[in-house]
Amino acid sequence: MNGAPDGPALRHVHRPLPHDSGIRHVAGAALYIDDIREPDGTLHVALGLSPAARGRLAGLDLAAVRAAPGVVAVLTAADVPGRNDISPANADEPVFAEGEVLFHGQPVFAVVATTRDAARRAARLAAFDIAEEAPSLTVEDALARGETVLPDYAFGRGDVEAALAGATHRLEGVLRIGGQEHFYLEGQAALAVPGEGGDMLVHSSTQHPSEVQHIVARALAIPDAFVTCEVRRMGGGFGGKETQATQWAVIAALAARATGRPCKLRLDRDDDMAVTGKRHDMRADWRVGFDDDGRIAAYDVMFNARCGCSADLSQGVVDRTMFHADNAYFLPAARIATRRLKTNTVSNTAFRGFGGPQGMLAAERAMDEIAARLGRDPLDVRKANFYAPGRDETPYGQSVEDTDVLAALVEQLEADCDYRARREAIAAFNARSPVLKKGLALTPVKFGISFTLTHLNQAGALVHVYQDGSIHLNHGGTEMGQGLFIKVAQVVAEEFGVGIERVRITATTTAKVPNTSPTAASSGSDLNGMAARIAAGTIRQRLVDFLCETFDVAEGEIEFRDDRVFFGNESLAFAELVKKAYQARVQLSATGFYRTPKIHWDRAAGRGQPFFYFAYGAACAEVTIDTMTGEYRLDRVDILHDVGRSLNPAIDIGQIEGGFVQGMGWLTTEELVFDAKGRLATHAPSTYKIPVASDVPADFRVTLFPSANRQATIYRSKAVGEPPLMLANSVFCAISDAVRAARGDGLAPLDAPATPEAVLRAIVGAL
Amino acid sequence: MRRAIRFLRRNETVEARNFEPRTTLLDWLRLTERSTGTKEGCGEGDCGACTVVLRRLVDGRLVSNPVNACILLLGQVDGAEVLTVEDLAADGRLHPVQQAMVERHGSQCGFCTPGIVMSLLALYETGETPDRQGVTDALAGNLCRCTGYRPIVEAAFDALGRIEADPFAQRRLEVAEALAALRDEADVLVGDERSFFAAPASMEALARLYLDHPDATLVAGATDVGLWVTKALTDLPKIIWLGRVAGLDAVMEEEATLTLGATATLVRAREALGALDPDLDELMRRFGSQQVRASGTVGGNIANGSPIGDLAPALIALGATLHLRRGDASRRLPLEGFFLDYRKQDRQPGEFVTGVTVRKPAGRQVRAFKVTKRFDEDISAVMGAFCFDMADDGTVREARIAYGGMAGIPKRARAAEAVLTGAAIDDRAAAERAVAALDTDFAPLTDHRASAAYRRRVAGNLLMKALMEIATGDDAATRLIAHREVRHAAE
Repeated sequence: MNGAPDGPALRHVHRPLPHDSGIRHVAGAALYIDDIREPDGTLHVALGLSPAARGRLAGLDLAAVRAAPGVVAVLTAADVPGRNDISPANADEPVFAEGEVLFHGQPVFAVVATTRDAARRAARLAAFDIAEEAPSLTVEDALARGETVLPDYAFGRGDVEAALAGATHRLEGVLRIGGQEHFYLEGQAALAVPGEGGDMLVHSSTQHPSEVQHIVARALAIPDAFVTCEVRRMGGGFGGKETQATQWAVIAALAARATGRPCKLRLDRDDDMAVTGKRHDMRADWRVGFDDDGRIAAYDVMFNARCGCSADLSQGVVDRTMFHADNAYFLPAARIATRRLKTNTVSNTAFRGFGGPQGMLAAERAMDEIAARLGRDPLDVRKANFYAPGRDETPYGQSVEDTDVLAALVEQLEADCDYRARREAIAAFNARSPVLKKGLALTPVKFGISFTLTHLNQAGALVHVYQDGSIHLNHGGTEMGQGLFIKVAQVVAEEFGVGIERVRITATTTAKVPNTSPTAASSGSDLNGMAARIAAGTIRQRLVDFLCETFDVAEGEIEFRDDRVFFGNESLAFAELVKKAYQARVQLSATGFYRTPKIHWDRAAGRGQPFFYFAYGAACAEVTIDTMTGEYRLDRVDILHDVGRSLNPAIDIGQIEGGFVQGMGWLTTEELVFDAKGRLATHAPSTYKIPVASDVPADFRVTLFPSANRQATIYRSKAVGEPPLMLANSVFCAISDAVRAARGDGLAPLDAPATPEAVLRAIVGAL
Repeated sequence: MRRAIRFLRRNETVEARNFEPRTTLLDWLRLTERSTGTKEGCGEGDCGACTVVLRRLVDGRLVSNPVNACILLLGQVDGAEVLTVEDLAADGRLHPVQQAMVERHGSQCGFCTPGIVMSLLALYETGETPDRQGVTDALAGNLCRCTGYRPIVEAAFDALGRIEADPFAQRRLEVAEALAALRDEADVLVGDERSFFAAPASMEALARLYLDHPDATLVAGATDVGLWVTKALTDLPKIIWLGRVAGLDAVMEEEATLTLGATATLVRAREALGALDPDLDELMRRFGSQQVRASGTVGGNIANGSPIGDLAPALIALGATLHLRRGDASRRLPLEGFFLDYRKQDRQPGEFVTGVTVRKPAGRQVRAFKVTKRFDEDISAVMGAFCFDMADDGTVREARIAYGGMAGIPKRARAAEAVLTGAAIDDRAAAERAVAALDTDFAPLTDHRASAAYRRRVAGNLLMKALMEIATGDDAATRLIAHREVRHAAE
């Protein structure tokens, strides 16, 4: 079935249906955690946060907190009956600090009160006694102290030193890459409702309900089966609710257990930004050797990743940096090394791209440096280094089977966006414009699709058909705005040949589909779409068998379409068929299970095929900078992106545009600043600036590249969640190009994010 | 004396007489009325997820303003109709703004969507069809993390193209009548001597009340005080809201001067100041967001004493006189004299700002530049305002230069002014000396917005840019956005 040919017969997939909740969104009728009608007697939880970044927790006086109006209970590490740990794997991240504090803003206790306002006010009355130590805050601090959260790790191939020594040209550089706050619009929230006999129902705004279930159970010292985690939708996730939602769910559940009443914890935005992890900031130290054409002979790179106070997902994140250190470029000899540094800052975590963006940005920087050294157009240098037949193996041993896709895609974009003519026009503009300078860049994206932790590449679905022909759809994927639910519903409607309105989309819950993977790694529709298709297909096959037996028709004559089933010269309404099947005692419920084929990864050897396939794209960005202030405008963007055969082109274009703009924010105005005490100074939207409507150029052209996935994915589509974020590398490179034009003496160091200050510093050398 | 606030909600008058003075509109909506369509995204008026629309009668016209419900105090809706996202669809039919948002795929996660719908509703209700910048201005106070905004901007244009007789619009007359019926001239006081939300209706009543309660918190738009409530968790037992004081919002234009009343909103200030010079219009366009400008006031921005408030430097550069009143006594002083030190103003207990009078440029050359990380809805790293009175021979007769973000207060660059006075506008050496003199005038700080070195350098470059532009008469070559000629041509 995976290889089922697509064709004109398809009626529901490949169509630009609106988001299933679109009407509810615009009417204010879509419910998020804080909108769920609170059960009678619901209590509210607020956090007590560490006022120091590092030190021994010598004492904690909570008397004033307990005495405050409305306070019902106060919880500390001592009130955790099970394991005081929310870490996904490494047992290194407590629910509440115990003995020592690891970062400024670390939760130390929680207050449970009759109102949220009362809880928040009470939480500020604690007296901390912390024997403060000098915190380790930066990559340099951590390197100096030699503190890490995970062992160093490297892979590569060839004799890099020899290849560098033998190369015609050599360059080296250091690129600092900033982190990023997710800034999902709905902050972290959880509502825990205690049931009988120790049961706990947790409504959580999480991308990973199974992990919330598991860690709540672990903290409460009860079996997983006692805990149900449910999520209908999130108001944005972006990776920030993959592991980071767990702690709030656990605390709400602890409070519910302690009080016997429903308890809700919704973080205030400033707290949310202070206490949840972010994209890893990194320092990339790189060296490259290349020939006169700019073709790379060897690449040596060390990513010093600031992981924060615990491991969290840093193994996977930083591994993915390594997997994408090549981006789209063949590296004959490569050494890709990493350090996973421990700092007294919030533990960095998953964020759309999951480490990939940092690896790719460093590669793009190297391309620009090579081009500047040789005086060549950076696009020509990039193209000279693309994977190609015979130059098609990644440094980790996976062969790139579809090298033609990116080559064709970039050729098309280059022509469509008029790259060469604009390059000339920009040079002419810059020659006559002393203050304003323009820059242009066209950068590619090659992004590996699959969880690199191989066992996560599985998914389950549950489909019921009721007697009236309505269909209940459930699967392990979560909806965070990305349109997963409508895509999977389209798959199910296609399978049954029924209108999409017949398919009822339901909240994700661990009670229906167990042991799910996080909705992450862009894998949501690949995995859950396939699992749902299998579940629906099982029921469909039972209906087919029933038709064959009852009406004596051959399977090949049966067609499900237009809410009917056609066989021979007859037809039945779908609901009628279902009713008859029910009466004939046919089971109308099925589960589906899917696991991604072909993938394998040997981390010890640093070789394997971690990805089922690659998604491709390219973007061309044009910017103008003001050389007196460092301010800039994005003038035009052209994007051509490969989503295979799109399950839903409207949803996919939304992902591409949104991903690009989010990536643009990461590389331009979104700057995380920690002060000397380790306090996050940019802890609110007043100080942390994500893009607004006017930052997006009026001239923004986004096109889907017409191609089918070579691998047998769901209807030959490709994953789309993360890859477009890295299209924004073009903006950074275009700014860098404009800075080069302003200086007239080659490429100047420019770090990310390229804030106006960073741009001005690059132009003038030192401020 | 009225002992309740009154507002219109879903065609009915709501009277609120028992509420804590600090109660926000958002909390009232979500916790008391239990309308959860309006979302809290940040609790500080920056993300716009909580945007609702207030409709008021202004000079007999029904005016719709978007506001951030999270930092608006409940008492501030007195006399208004409160419209939320749940109120738009009529008879199962979506409002054109909602319909366009669905059709254009303008929502993804949907959490910012109610606020965006309400911002677009306010724009729609103006009946105007702005250009793209007009649309992005209307959306500058609404953060969306999912879509990249393109579909939202397109939805705005679609909806604005469908201004027709929708059932929602037909109700406007009824609403206007209901609001007219709510009008009175009574002083309002909800609470008691110990804790109250008061809204005096006259200047005299305000002066008396504040003299009796100098410990009360004066609130105009609450765009800053709202955060004391939501973030600092400050208890504000006594609040005096200025929004009902008759005449305090007056904007008076005379031949040589413009007087802005303390409670004139930043929207009105933009209209009045923008007419004086295109740079002032652009400065005010980028001041906060539409929601903030609709609530925030001239007096609030000044009295608040923020070192980075954009209004004060611009007004100081023009030459401005501040009006204050305490009891029956009034006084006036040059605006720059009001700012004593970081967050410390020349204001006595019980004294309040009544307005500010600025000199019109009248031939003087004005330039104002706001430098931020993000263009829209961002607080200035550096804001420079320049006003040069030029002699016919091209020399500077009088230079007035003020900066925000360069000191603990909005401050004049007197040393730089002195260097330029008498110099030719295109005297490069004088310009460089003036830039150097800024080091005498200012010792800026490093913070999360910018480093001291950047601020120092940009302050000098802004001065240089102003001089270049005035000397050459060409600003297209020095600006990324909003050339003065383009804007003139458009007017």
